[in-house]
Amino acid sequence: MDLSAINPILLIASLMVSATPILLAAIGEMVTEKAGVLNLGVEGMMITGAVVGFAVGVNSGSPLLGFVGAALASALLSLSFGLLTQYLLSNQVATGLGLTLVGLGLSALIGKPYEGIKSPTLGDIHLPLLSDIPVIGPILFQHDIMVYLSIALVAAVWAVLKYTRIGLVLRAVGENHDAAHALGYKVIRIRLLAIMFGGACAGLGGAYLSLVRVPQWTEGMTAGAGWIALAIVVFASWKPWRVLVGAYLFGGVTVLQLNLQAAGLKVPVEYLSMSPYLITILVLVIISARGFHGAPASLGRSFHASS
Amino acid sequence: MRLEKRPQPSRLWTAVTPVLAVLLTMLVGGIMFALLDTPPLEAIRTIFWDPVFGEFAFYYRGQLLVKAGPLILIAIGLSLGFRAGIWNIGAEGQYIMGAICGAAVGLAFYPMEARWMIFPLMVLAGGLGGWAWAMIPAVLKVRFGTNEILVSLMLVYVAEAFLASVSQGLLKNPEGMGFPGSRNLQQYPSAANHELIAGTGMHWGVVAALIAVIFAYVLLARHLQGFNIRLTGEAPRAARFAGVQPARIIVFCLGTAGALAGMAGLFEVAGPAGQITIDFNSGYGFTAIIVAFLGRLHPVGILLAGLLMALTYIGGEAAQSTLGLPGASIQLLQGMLLFFLLATDVFTNYRIRIGQGARA
Repeated sequence: MDLSAINPILLIASLMVSATPILLAAIGEMVTEKAGVLNLGVEGMMITGAVVGFAVGVNSGSPLLGFVGAALASALLSLSFGLLTQYLLSNQVATGLGLTLVGLGLSALIGKPYEGIKSPTLGDIHLPLLSDIPVIGPILFQHDIMVYLSIALVAAVWAVLKYTRIGLVLRAVGENHDAAHALGYKVIRIRLLAIMFGGACAGLGGAYLSLVRVPQWTEGMTAGAGWIALAIVVFASWKPWRVLVGAYLFGGVTVLQLNLQAAGLKVPVEYLSMSPYLITILVLVIISARGFHGAPASLGRSFHASS
Repeated sequence: MRLEKRPQPSRLWTAVTPVLAVLLTMLVGGIMFALLDTPPLEAIRTIFWDPVFGEFAFYYRGQLLVKAGPLILIAIGLSLGFRAGIWNIGAEGQYIMGAICGAAVGLAFYPMEARWMIFPLMVLAGGLGGWAWAMIPAVLKVRFGTNEILVSLMLVYVAEAFLASVSQGLLKNPEGMGFPGSRNLQQYPSAANHELIAGTGMHWGVVAALIAVIFAYVLLARHLQGFNIRLTGEAPRAARFAGVQPARIIVFCLGTAGALAGMAGLFEVAGPAGQITIDFNSGYGFTAIIVAFLGRLHPVGILLAGLLMALTYIGGEAAQSTLGLPGASIQLLQGMLLFFLLATDVFTNYRIRIGQGARA
C-alpha cells in the first residue's frame, strides 16, 4: 500500500464535494423535523431528485436547470407525503417508508433511457485571489456553485430559525402543535411548507450526486445516502451548524475509504465500503447513549384539531 | 367537511381499505401504463388476472407460492414488531445474513450425504444468522436507546457488502471456473430445498410460512406475550403500568422477525435461487413491509397480501416479456399500493362528517 499516493489537500477538497449531497438532504430534513414531522422518505426524494435532475440536465444541456427541476420534482413528491400525513393523518413512519419505495420505483422507471449517458458538467468557480492562497485555496475556494450554496443554505436556515418570526413559529409548531394551534397558527399549512422545503433540499442533494459527484445515472445510486442524512440530523441534535459538521465528517470517512481503496490497502474493497454505514451506526450509538437532546417535542405526532 | 376520531378503529373499514387500495392502484397504475404506451386494460389483466386464470396459469400458479412463501414468512415477523411500535426495516439484511449462514453450513458438509441432518441444520443456521443480525439493533436499542429504524437499515448495506465479499471469496465455488457465486445447492441433494409436490411450487419455505401464520395467529389471539405486544403498541404507558418490560418485547419482536427473515433467506438460497451470488436477494425484505401493512398486521391478512404481492411479481414479469412493460413500473405499482392503503386508512380511524354536525 502506498499512502503517499493520497494527497491531503485533494482529500479535504473532495471531502466537501462528497459531503454536499448529504448536507443538502440533511439540512432540509432538519427543517422538516423542526416543524414536528418525521419524513423517512429522504432516500426516495433524493433518488427522484437525482434522476429528474439528470434528465433535465441532459435534455436542456444546463446542469443548473437540472437542479431546479430536481428541487421541484422532489418537493412535489414530498407533497404527497404531506397530504397523507397532514390531511389523512396517516402514520408518519409507514408513509415515509412508502415514499422511499415509491421514489425508488419511480426513479428506476424514469431513469431507464438515461443509463450510460454523461451529463453536462458544472464548472468550478475559482474565487479570485482567495483561490490562489496555497493549501487553503484549493481546499475551500475552488468548488462548484452548489458547494457554496449548500453552506449558504445552512447559514440561512440557522439565521431564520434563530432570529426570525417565521423560525419561531416553525419551532413552536414542532414543539407543541396544540399550543401553536391555540395561538392561531396554521399548523398543517406550516408543516406542509416545511415538508416541501425538505423535499426540495433532498432533491438538490440527489441531483448533486447524479450531476456532479458521480456524474452519471445508475439505478439505486443514492445507496442509503438519504438514510445517512436522517442519521446526521439526529447526530446534530437538530442544530444547523452541527449538521454541517456531521455531513463533513461523514464525507471525510467516505473519501478516505475511497482513497484507501485506490491506494491498495490490504483490506478487501467490500469491507472498506461497509465503513460509512458502520460508522453511522457507531455515531448513533454514541449520541443515543448520551441521551437525545434537542428533539422537537411533537416530532412524529399527527396533528388533529379536535383531539 | 371534517374528520371525527372514532372511539375504536372500524372493523368494516379495516377489511375494506386493502381492497379499495388495490382498486385505486389498478386505476392509477392503468393511467401510468397508458402514459407508457401500453394498453392499460391489457396490462392490468396480465398482471392481476392471467397468472391465476389465464391460458398459462398452470405454469404461473406454481410460481405464486414460490414468491409468496418468503414474503409471508418475513412479513409475519415484521408485523409483530410493527404492532408493538418497533420498526425493523432491515429485514433485507437479516434475510441475506440468514441465507449466507445457512448456505455456509450446507457447503461445509459438501459432499456428505445426510439429508436428515444437514438440511435441518441449515434451516437452524439460517434462522440463527438472521436472529443474530436483528439482535444488533435490538441490543443497541435496549442498551442505549438507539433508533432501530436507522440501525437496522444501515445493516442492510453492510450485509450487502458482506454478501458481495463471500460470493467472491469464502463461499465461492472452487470448481466454478473463477465465476463469482457459491456451489449450486440445488445440485447437492442433502442441502436442496426442492419442490415438495411437483407443479405447485410448494417447498419447505412455504410450509414454514404457513406454520408461522398459525403460530402468529395463536400468539396474538390467545397468548399473553401477544397481548403484551399489542398493548405496548397501542398504549405504551398502560403496558408499563401492567408490568410489561419494553426490553423483552423489543428483543422478542426483533429476534423473531430476524429469525424468520433469515430462514426465508435460507429457503430461497437453497431452493429457487440455488446459490449464493452477489444479487440473489431480490428485495423481498423491503416488499415484505408492504405485505405486512396490506395484511393489516394480521396473520391471515398477511397470508392473503403475500399471495397478492406475489401475483404482482409474476404478473409483472409476464407483462415485461409480453407487453414490454419496464420492470421498474411494477416496483412503483407496489409502492403505490402501500401509499393508497395508508391514504384510505383514514376511514378506519376517522369518520367523515359533512357540514356542521353535532359533535359526539
